Amino acid sequence: MPIATMVGWAGDVLAELAMVIGGIVVLLYALAAGPRRQVGAAWLALATTGVALALTIPALGEPGRLTFAGTYAHDAAAAVARVIVLLATGVTVAFSVPWFRRDPRHGEYYTLLLFGALGAMLLAGAAALTELVVAMLMSSATGFVLAAYHRKSSAAAEAAIKYYLVGALANAAMLMGVAILYGLAGVTTLDRLAAGLPDSASPAASVAVALVMVGLMFKLGAVPVHVWVPDVAQGAPAPIAGFLTAVPKVGAFVFLARLVLVLPPSALGWEVMVAVGAAATMTLGNLACLWQDDVRRLLGWSAVSQTGYGLMAVAALGRSDLAMAALLYFLAAYVPANLAAFGVVVTLRGRTALTDYPGLANEHPTAAASLALSFLSFIGVPPLSGFVAKLLLFVVAIQAGLAWLAVIAAANTVISIFYYVRVLAPVYFAAAAGRMRTLGAGAALATAASAAVLVVTGVIAQPLVAAFAAATPGR
Amino acid sequence: MLTAAIFIPILAAALLALLPRSRGLGASPRALAVAATIVAVVPLVLVAAAWLRFDGASGFQQVETVPWIPTLGISYRVGVDGLSLPLAAMTALVFTVAVAYPVDLRGRPVPYYALILFLEGASVGVFLALDLFLFFVFWDVSLVAMYFLIGAWGHGDAQRSALKFFLYTFAGSLPLLLAILGVYLATDPHTFDMAEIIRQQPLAGGGVYAALVFAGFFAGFAIKTPIVPFHTWLPPAHVDAPGPASAILAGVLLKMGTYGFVRILMSMVPGVWAELSLPLAVLAVVSIVYGALVALAQTNLKRLIAYTSVNHMGYVILGLAVAGAAAPGQEAARALALTGATVEMVAHGLITGGLFLVSGSVLARGGTYDLDSYGGLLGRARSLTWITALLAFASLGLPGLAGFVAEVQIFVGALAVYPALAAVALLGIVITAGLFLRMLGRLFLGALPDRWREFPDLGRREAGLLGVLGALVLLIGVVPGWLLGTIDAFAGPFVGRP
Repeated sequence: MPIATMVGWAGDVLAELAMVIGGIVVLLYALAAGPRRQVGAAWLALATTGVALALTIPALGEPGRLTFAGTYAHDAAAAVARVIVLLATGVTVAFSVPWFRRDPRHGEYYTLLLFGALGAMLLAGAAALTELVVAMLMSSATGFVLAAYHRKSSAAAEAAIKYYLVGALANAAMLMGVAILYGLAGVTTLDRLAAGLPDSASPAASVAVALVMVGLMFKLGAVPVHVWVPDVAQGAPAPIAGFLTAVPKVGAFVFLARLVLVLPPSALGWEVMVAVGAAATMTLGNLACLWQDDVRRLLGWSAVSQTGYGLMAVAALGRSDLAMAALLYFLAAYVPANLAAFGVVVTLRGRTALTDYPGLANEHPTAAASLALSFLSFIGVPPLSGFVAKLLLFVVAIQAGLAWLAVIAAANTVISIFYYVRVLAPVYFAAAAGRMRTLGAGAALATAASAAVLVVTGVIAQPLVAAFAAATPGR
Repeated sequence: MLTAAIFIPILAAALLALLPRSRGLGASPRALAVAATIVAVVPLVLVAAAWLRFDGASGFQQVETVPWIPTLGISYRVGVDGLSLPLAAMTALVFTVAVAYPVDLRGRPVPYYALILFLEGASVGVFLALDLFLFFVFWDVSLVAMYFLIGAWGHGDAQRSALKFFLYTFAGSLPLLLAILGVYLATDPHTFDMAEIIRQQPLAGGGVYAALVFAGFFAGFAIKTPIVPFHTWLPPAHVDAPGPASAILAGVLLKMGTYGFVRILMSMVPGVWAELSLPLAVLAVVSIVYGALVALAQTNLKRLIAYTSVNHMGYVILGLAVAGAAAPGQEAARALALTGATVEMVAHGLITGGLFLVSGSVLARGGTYDLDSYGGLLGRARSLTWITALLAFASLGLPGLAGFVAEVQIFVGALAVYPALAAVALLGIVITAGLFLRMLGRLFLGALPDRWREFPDLGRREAGLLGVLGALVLLIGVVPGWLLGTIDAFAGPFVGRP
């Protein structure tokens, strides 16, 4: 391999390299610094995401191509996913600083966070099954540890064990699927996978694709491997709960889109799989939310149902020109809404019982407004970005001949009003039982900023929609 | 101009939301009320100015447009025609009166005025929007604002009523959204521009697709209007909302449904509407008679008025069913019915809006809506009596008042196209007359119970504001020409009258 080629390839993954280096620097710093200086690791992590973001921005305008011998995509979808992941990671760092302030030994937490984000970034760029495995394991392994970071909390331990067991199962299934696909096609890169697969419907290929999808569905929190989501949302440290229910999804959605785009149309039944999975995921997530008295658990189930909406775009891929743009816009709308909701929980020091929230609007109007904007965006109320996202999802579903899925999504949206309002009504209409103590201003500021993004990208949607539509031609 | 009418109240609401609660304007409810009223008048003045510049031609005028999401064919586009002008003007007037009307603010004046001004901008926007996407945005945000107004300042089981309102109307707005997307995807190139869609008539071919789009629009508008059997959200929401919010709900928000029927459903899927106009007319007559009968059985003042809304919306739908019917040679009758239905929208907004404000004042003084606990108030509260009587007579269709102008045109049109149904619907008028007379008797005549010896009359502010509504009801009743002429500029070409 000529050195010049290697250097050229490295130039395509500068942001990823920055994350690796930053993660190692943070780890070394955490080992060297005393308990009082651990917070410095947060600043280093923030700087790392900033550098990686700066290195990603130029890639946004470049034409798409494959790099690393066809195993890694350097295109708009990957760049957009990286931007979303990095911004979300920065917000998570802002949530984590006050949350872990009392923890004397938490510097390495930020290394795990950076590597977790890197896993999602690699997943978004992966264009080969081998890259998929690396990215999935990187994202999963860090996720398990992050979920259990409160070593003495039994809720965190339970969540992490569940996360780990489901994850191990799903990852094993995925590995098996990857092995079968390689055996059938003789290649691992996606661009040549389609040509290598048998033309007609082959049971082995169908099973292999289904097994790989199980791994991705686990990352997405989709039915039937969704059971970890509510537990992690409830038990993991609150900043991490927001991170794990949003960031890995970004990578998994983009890879899933890449995968289904190269599969032979309809021969393997993946369209039915994804569409039925979408319907089941949104419906189950919604129904489970209905009588939830724990806000974090509710957010977890709502994250499941939101995945179901996002899968509509995947199901429409190849049959609607806007499907990829709809998926990316959905992610750009979903992630900040999820972060804002968990940010309110963080700001309120992890208060999670529904009975802890009455009167929030009087005590902390900004936190209440952030929660309201986040929930209204989840519902899809204009002019928030959640509305534009739902509009795009409905459009592509109808265009792809999946109008029934759009109708199910609309029915689910009506159901979702009930439980979101069940939280919001006491926040606005009831009196507070006592003083509500909050964490530092940093978390509140990051929460408000996430909520503000929902308004800005909703009202001024054109730049994003146009960029996403232009960057993904013919998809 | 029109844009300012929409966004000045919304900007003012945003400024209010940022206002410190404990100092300055935020600490003085009186000053806040004056400031909010001044802002609320702005759209009224601007829409009135637009009306003065209106030249009576058909088609959209004074259009203001900016590309919004051109990739998806979405523009910010507002404008007026003979249909939207009267409704936008009525909206701005009802809001001005409602904002200025005294109400128990529960110690939270700033969010109250912020929400109500925001709702004013959104409501005016619904009637002026000429882009389906924009229309839907205003439509949906008005739901959210009204939800908070009912939930936070309502009484009784306010939160439950607010939730029911929100769930029902949002359940209607999603089929509406899907139908909008159905129309959008049928256009070529894809566009949300109403004028362009009406020109293209992408669903003229009929078939299952057009029927599904029709069903989606119908669900959305029928729930909002409401038409029986989609009306069950209406009584609790009206009863538990604070007086001004009920006035807005009945006066303005219900009209969004009937306006949507004309502006969108009848304009964009006219074929299906014509095919179904007989069943629609039957449904309208059911609403008329059912609403009147249920109202007759009420002992709660506000519930009674709420059910008369169901009855009155039935007249509107009857007029619209006639206007969209495939009745060759009956263009004049159909135009008459359409004009009548539109006048009914305006008249109902003024009259029922006024009646709900009255019921708010009655509650503030007597603490109950129970008609049986009142009586003989004529001697104690003269201006309350006269203004209520005027509005009640207008509502039951007394000649010389606005309701009569509307109903007579609807019935003349209906008699030409569906004579049997029109005859049944007349029954509704009779029952409504009876129930309003009985309501007036129970409130104002008979012996004055001892506990109401000190019942205070309307204050100057209340009497003045209700007087404005009453005067306009009288004006439309006596000299309706200016209003009918404007509406006819839309109605004539709409039905293709030669």
